[in-house]
Amino acid sequence: MQKKIVSIICASTLFFLSSSYSKATEECFETVSRSVFKFNLVFDEKIFEPIAKGYSRLPQPLKTGTSNFTSNISNLLSIPNSILQGNFREFGHSIGSVFINSTVGILGFLNPAEKIGLKPTKEDVGQTLGSYGIGQGCYYVLPILGPTTLRDSIGLLADSFIDPFAQVTIRDKELLGISGNHLDYYSVKGTTAVNFRSENLTNFESLEKNSIDLYSSFKSIYLQDRENKVKNTTSSDDDWGNLDK
Amino acid sequence: MKKLRILSISFFLLFLSNSYLHSYSSNPKEFVTELVNEAMSKLADKNLTKEEKEQFIEEIALENVDINALALYTLGELRKTFEKQEIKNYQSVFEKYFLKSLTSRLSDYSTSIFEVVSSDKKSSNYTIISSEVIPKDGSPKIKIDWRIYTKNPEKPLIRDLIVEGLSLARTQKEEFSSILSSNNNDINILINKLEEFVKN
Repeated sequence: MQKKIVSIICASTLFFLSSSYSKATEECFETVSRSVFKFNLVFDEKIFEPIAKGYSRLPQPLKTGTSNFTSNISNLLSIPNSILQGNFREFGHSIGSVFINSTVGILGFLNPAEKIGLKPTKEDVGQTLGSYGIGQGCYYVLPILGPTTLRDSIGLLADSFIDPFAQVTIRDKELLGISGNHLDYYSVKGTTAVNFRSENLTNFESLEKNSIDLYSSFKSIYLQDRENKVKNTTSSDDDWGNLDK
Repeated sequence: MKKLRILSISFFLLFLSNSYLHSYSSNPKEFVTELVNEAMSKLADKNLTKEEKEQFIEEIALENVDINALALYTLGELRKTFEKQEIKNYQSVFEKYFLKSLTSRLSDYSTSIFEVVSSDKKSSNYTIISSEVIPKDGSPKIKIDWRIYTKNPEKPLIRDLIVEGLSLARTQKEEFSSILSSNNNDINILINKLEEFVKN
């Protein structure tokens, strides 16, 4: 019974998302999101940023190794998603990269896969749903986790079911004789976040200094980034033509 | 008479050196390379004061960035609903806002290595120049695309910077759009906010 209810809720949400009424720029509940955003800024200033600044002072080889390690683990999620997107080239890059880096690359601390031309892109369920033509849905901000949309929130939840790393840690399963625990999962996710924050110290500072409405800047950047990830591109859409008419 | 002649020649040479300073190639790829390399070398020059560096950046931006078009773009379709005078006031304050934020942003990235990678002519009006900024602190390199407006092939102008796929112009447009929509699309509120930013 419970499974049926969950299926109905998921189906209705996806139908709602794919309808033309759900535009990405619409807010779900802006006032609440702005308050959560303010809370996140304080959290960042007091806790996250100091940790990231400390991390950034570590020796470069250690930072590179850590970045490679977390990146290798996050590539595990790209494997099922590449299949779901029917992108077999990407599937080859993801599985090849994880295999080579986990073995020759000493558990992922080194990245020999890149040297032989394997460059997997990160794929998650939110992107997979986007590749099916499902719209982003409304936008909101989650505590600590930051900006998201209805589609990406569903994707985030679904990620924990299809991500092999999540399976062997928070879902208590065993895969190829490998298993872990909740601490492993949250340590890797936390380190990934710290690594990302430390790589973007200047960018965050510059954005904060130059924005009149920081909330909207973050929203725009998040939505553009997700749009690009769904399309697997790093170029921006051209809507300048309008100006020259 | 001789003094006058020397003075005239000196003025002429001074004029020439100034024109040379801010005159870049009309080829979009060379234009970006020359402009950025000069800007970065000035920002890294320890003999120049902060004010001198800012003045230099402002001068090259005024000459090589299509600030008025950028101002119009950031208003989106709403620009069609505003009075001419309102647009004029907005463009005037936008220019000050743009120059201030540009100087601040460039100072943040001045200790990096810059390389132009490729050029892609999208239409007779636009060419996208792809470049990379390699931070000297070992951070990952940053991909930057430059949207160059080439309607006048002799005078290319920068219209947008796309950093890792994120358009600065679009981010600015969406930021301003949010301010306008939460203030009944009153452009004067936006103008006031920009003025506040410039003053602080």
